[in-house]
Amino acid sequence: MAFGIEAEKEVIMKANKKDVLTGSYYIDGDVAAAYGAIAAGCKFVGGYPITPSTEAFEAFVHRAPYVGGITIQMEDELGSIASILGAVWSGKKAMTITSGPGFSLMMENIGLGAMLETPFVLLNVQRSGPSTGLPTQAGQADMMQSRWGANGDYEIIAISPDSPQEMFDYTIKAFNLSEKYRCPVMIMADECVGHMTEKVVVPEADKINIEPRRFYKGPKEKYLPFKPDKDLVPPMAKAGDGYKLHISGLTHDEKGYPTFSQTPDTKRLVDKIRLNADKIIELNEDEIDDADVVVVSYGITSRVAIRGIEQARAKGLKVGNLRLVTVWPFPEKRIAELSKKVKAFVVPEINYGQIVYEVERCAHGNANVVLVPHGGGFVHNPEDIFKAIKYAAQEKKKVEGIIEHKTELYRLIHEKNS
Amino acid sequence: MKLTIPEREIMQPGHLACQGCGASMAMRYALKIFGRDSVLTIPACCWAVIDGPFPYTAVNVPLFHTAFETAAVMASGIKAGLDVQGEKSTNVIAWAGDGGTFDIGIQAISGAAERNDDITYIVYDNEAYMNTGIQRSSATPHGAWTTTTPIKHYKIGAKKNMVEIMSAHRIPYAATASVAYPEDLCKKLEKAKNIRGFKFIHILAPCPTGWKSDPKYTVKLAKLAVQTNIFPIYEIENGLKYTQNKKVKQRKPITEYFKYQGRFKHLKKEEVEFIQKSIDRENEILLKKF
Repeated sequence: MAFGIEAEKEVIMKANKKDVLTGSYYIDGDVAAAYGAIAAGCKFVGGYPITPSTEAFEAFVHRAPYVGGITIQMEDELGSIASILGAVWSGKKAMTITSGPGFSLMMENIGLGAMLETPFVLLNVQRSGPSTGLPTQAGQADMMQSRWGANGDYEIIAISPDSPQEMFDYTIKAFNLSEKYRCPVMIMADECVGHMTEKVVVPEADKINIEPRRFYKGPKEKYLPFKPDKDLVPPMAKAGDGYKLHISGLTHDEKGYPTFSQTPDTKRLVDKIRLNADKIIELNEDEIDDADVVVVSYGITSRVAIRGIEQARAKGLKVGNLRLVTVWPFPEKRIAELSKKVKAFVVPEINYGQIVYEVERCAHGNANVVLVPHGGGFVHNPEDIFKAIKYAAQEKKKVEGIIEHKTELYRLIHEKNS
Repeated sequence: MKLTIPEREIMQPGHLACQGCGASMAMRYALKIFGRDSVLTIPACCWAVIDGPFPYTAVNVPLFHTAFETAAVMASGIKAGLDVQGEKSTNVIAWAGDGGTFDIGIQAISGAAERNDDITYIVYDNEAYMNTGIQRSSATPHGAWTTTTPIKHYKIGAKKNMVEIMSAHRIPYAATASVAYPEDLCKKLEKAKNIRGFKFIHILAPCPTGWKSDPKYTVKLAKLAVQTNIFPIYEIENGLKYTQNKKVKQRKPITEYFKYQGRFKHLKKEEVEFIQKSIDRENEILLKKF
């Protein structure tokens, strides 16, 4: 398989100078994500206005004509995501931008994208839910949906940025990962990060690495659209290149044609991410080595947690900070490893428990797992995170299942009702 | 004195609409006609906010805030639920903006219309997604500025002719109306109220925020839209019988309508002439149908 080996070589490509607006900016996370997408070579966004992601869409609308890109405002979110699948298969990098209910509408096509092994990026600026929820306020309750939303077995990659700078940086990373593994990559931002305005530094184009699309270059008669390389990812062809392209959402074989039973290609949708998880996962760790308690957080909550952690450290508690940059695939190994060393994990998130279940699963009962829940709308009071750390550090006995930390909000609701 | 518009007020003051909002005027008239025995379904749109937060409500009738694409079909379900209970008299009204009607909601509307479900679908058309901050919709007229059709790349392409699409379903009643002509609007609402089956009313509702116009010109603009023929007022019964409700003897030039709005400021003379020609052409086609 000569073409496969060729494709596996490390190709270092730099961003196109025209696409990169090098300089320092004072912009919000949504706009930074749009700049990041353009820097990554994204040439098409199919979108639909939805708060709090609209600014990202608008920023792309305004920049696209200057880089030879196109934006289409579609008639709904089904249109948005389906159009980007089309754009990718005609050979371009594409992204869609949404939030809450729009994300829900996109589920079927996320499954299709995964099945067709279509590299695309989806920016979800999470708001509070369910349903319309609090459109202008933050939430982190789409985390499980991003992983399990569509029907069937598949894996995706999800990244959770915590600042406008990261919205820029990780949008580029998201495009690179999607090209590398030919799968949907979701940027699971939240309203706070999307609407927060901070300094964003856009580096020079030659400092930005771009993962080029892995195009098939072999002889036409030998082309099989779903025949993988060694890393389980097949090279791509695009419509109009003369290759026989039969791309189907039906369960298919290497040729892309429908089959009547399960094929290894469907298993590969899962394996290509699971077996490459170590290469994909990015974590930020701080003072983990001798920690008694490790705070596991992501997105805006990881910034709020810092204060709670500092408070706890000031009281002499040994607290480590584990920030999930990549949420999916979940860092199972790292959590399992840590669970043997630490007393407890503290998991603050703006939902009533999602990623905490993953932490509990991977802790294998070795350490206590404390959830610091928060309803959508606002970020945590750092005091709550501090109190949860304090409790976790003091608790001597192993508690089965997840321990829900009783936040101020919890007390307010339950004491009022009792 | 005989009043053509009922005196009663179902809608209450204290709602959250912007100053000069055409959509809030439209709702006021609609509720005057439909009365308290009504149920509203409202998808994501300005009116999902205008009504006010709990426990305050401006509309004083049961209101269901639906998913964006489902105002029509949720109304179908409400009607079916009422029918099962023998509550035949309640008016079920789907009330949506242009985005929820022309774009994301069209599949549901088409379904409800084809089944001839006994609901009244009213679209208050402010010609863009105003609630999310002025993005174009397929109701945005040719030439207009929005945040997703910026000045250099203003909206190209005609507004979707929703009334014609609906009348192609051969529904009992489809009409256009304007907040500038409340008697005509109320007459149409009354008519719709007394017809069984699917009714569709398209109300032009100027939006000072999105149109970049002075709030005091809302009615003036709605009137000019009719006088310049850009928004003709007519009705279609059973998909076939066209009636012109507001005859325009001498149409005003479209510049009259444009000059009060910031969203058309960037248009060059040739583009305005093109728009004028297409309005005249559309009007010619329409006049033949009456």
